[in-house]
Amino acid sequence: MTPFVQVADAVARRNLRVTFKNPALLLPAAIFPLVFLLAFAGGLSNLANVPGFDFGSGYTSFQFVFVFLQSAAFGGVFTGFAVAADYESGFARRLMLAAPNRTGLIAGYVLAGVGRFAFTASVVTVAGLAAGMQVDGGVVELGGLVVLAVLVNVVATLFGVGLCMRTQSMQSVPFLQIPVFLILFLAPVYVPLELLDGWIAAVAPYNPATAFLEAGRGFISGEPDQALVAFAVAAAMTVLLGFYALRGLRKAEAGG
Amino acid sequence: MSASVTTQVGFVARRSVRRTFRQPAVLVPTIVFPLFLLAVNASGLSSATNLPGFPGDSYLDFAIVVTFMQGALFAATTAGTELATDIESGFLSRLQLTPLRGVSILVGQLAGAVAVALMGAVTYLVIGLIAGVTIVTGVGGALVLLALATLIGVAFGSIGAFFAARTGSSQAVQGLFPLLFVTFFLSSINLPRELIEIDWFRAVASANPVSYLVEGMRSLVITGWDATALLRGFGVAVAVAVVGFGAAASSLRTRMARTG
Repeated sequence: MTPFVQVADAVARRNLRVTFKNPALLLPAAIFPLVFLLAFAGGLSNLANVPGFDFGSGYTSFQFVFVFLQSAAFGGVFTGFAVAADYESGFARRLMLAAPNRTGLIAGYVLAGVGRFAFTASVVTVAGLAAGMQVDGGVVELGGLVVLAVLVNVVATLFGVGLCMRTQSMQSVPFLQIPVFLILFLAPVYVPLELLDGWIAAVAPYNPATAFLEAGRGFISGEPDQALVAFAVAAAMTVLLGFYALRGLRKAEAGG
Repeated sequence: MSASVTTQVGFVARRSVRRTFRQPAVLVPTIVFPLFLLAVNASGLSSATNLPGFPGDSYLDFAIVVTFMQGALFAATTAGTELATDIESGFLSRLQLTPLRGVSILVGQLAGAVAVALMGAVTYLVIGLIAGVTIVTGVGGALVLLALATLIGVAFGSIGAFFAARTGSSQAVQGLFPLLFVTFFLSSINLPRELIEIDWFRAVASANPVSYLVEGMRSLVITGWDATALLRGFGVAVAVAVVGFGAAASSLRTRMARTG
């Protein structure tokens, strides 16, 4: 194994071990998406009867995609918390001294974020299926949804790692949560884009989360029209935030 | 209440209010989060007004009361965190050396949370009115709305105080937030109960006291003077406050006896 892979593997394993051994870290990440799925798919299902609502796979599937992508994004946010916690406890500084390839640290946190999301995604998917979610997409489309969600998770993790390597403090947590929360909710969460009204209708078309949601809903309904746009946006954000995380690492190295 | 008890409550209340208002980290989310969610939901869910049977034609009018409920949620965590911090820092133990009674401490500690709830309620109302909310019951209804919102703040604050007195841990009190958040979402907060299609969800919402608090406040904004809705709203708020305060007082008594 190269030093990069060794470091990434060690960081990911440790992070996942800490997470899965600590219910206080693991459960909120799983419970919140479940609450949203219950509340939105259960409480708002009548919105499917609004004139012009033309999503064929039903409201549970419509909301499942939002909750699935939301849990992907928050999986990344929670990994950002772990970076901040590692700095506060002094562990990250020891890690910086010991790691033969520090870029591997970022890769390790990204892998840990994907691992966390794998757990939450499984819980949310089981809940969605139990709630009667209709899946009209085939294996390829569902694979597309999973890949898209993993990219969203990676993007959020890179943002979290970049921010928390700069601030090195849990006090920066709101600055990590709020932008992700804003981006997610300034998208067509409850109804399709065409049915949005007011100021959100002006903002949503330019929001990357809209591209992810529309593509994800296309995958689950077997009509992946917006997939290319979503993957292009996700790839661009991965590159951009990859640089952001890398510069955060360099700043942390310079800070000692 | 005797003069000495009133004085005792006054001392603790003044400290609680001052301490709460000196923490921007408590005040800013209380104001910003509910208003942000109102802005998002009023726009994102506006097409719900096209559903047959939806009361009124503005989702902003329908959703304004959600901000008051979120303000009450913050009141719960504020009251709980402050009491838990006093327990953790040993301040409560030092208070036991003074003639202060447990009930005085509790009532006083709730003052900060109630002040936050009231300040939040006034802010939400003013911003809501500026944004175009129409209150069909007029100025009188707005005042009753503020009274009910503050009472709900007291009720949820007492739940926060109970958690704090019982666990003595501010971290445990923070765990209350998701629990109450779940309760909010499983209610008629986003759609009227009659328009909830899924049977089990409607049953849960009907059994959830939060629905009656929301519907009581909402009636003042969109229905008019609805005695049944108001009676249920005030009744549930008083019941939660009495149960929460009683449980908090009992837990605090036990804690003080243990550490006394």
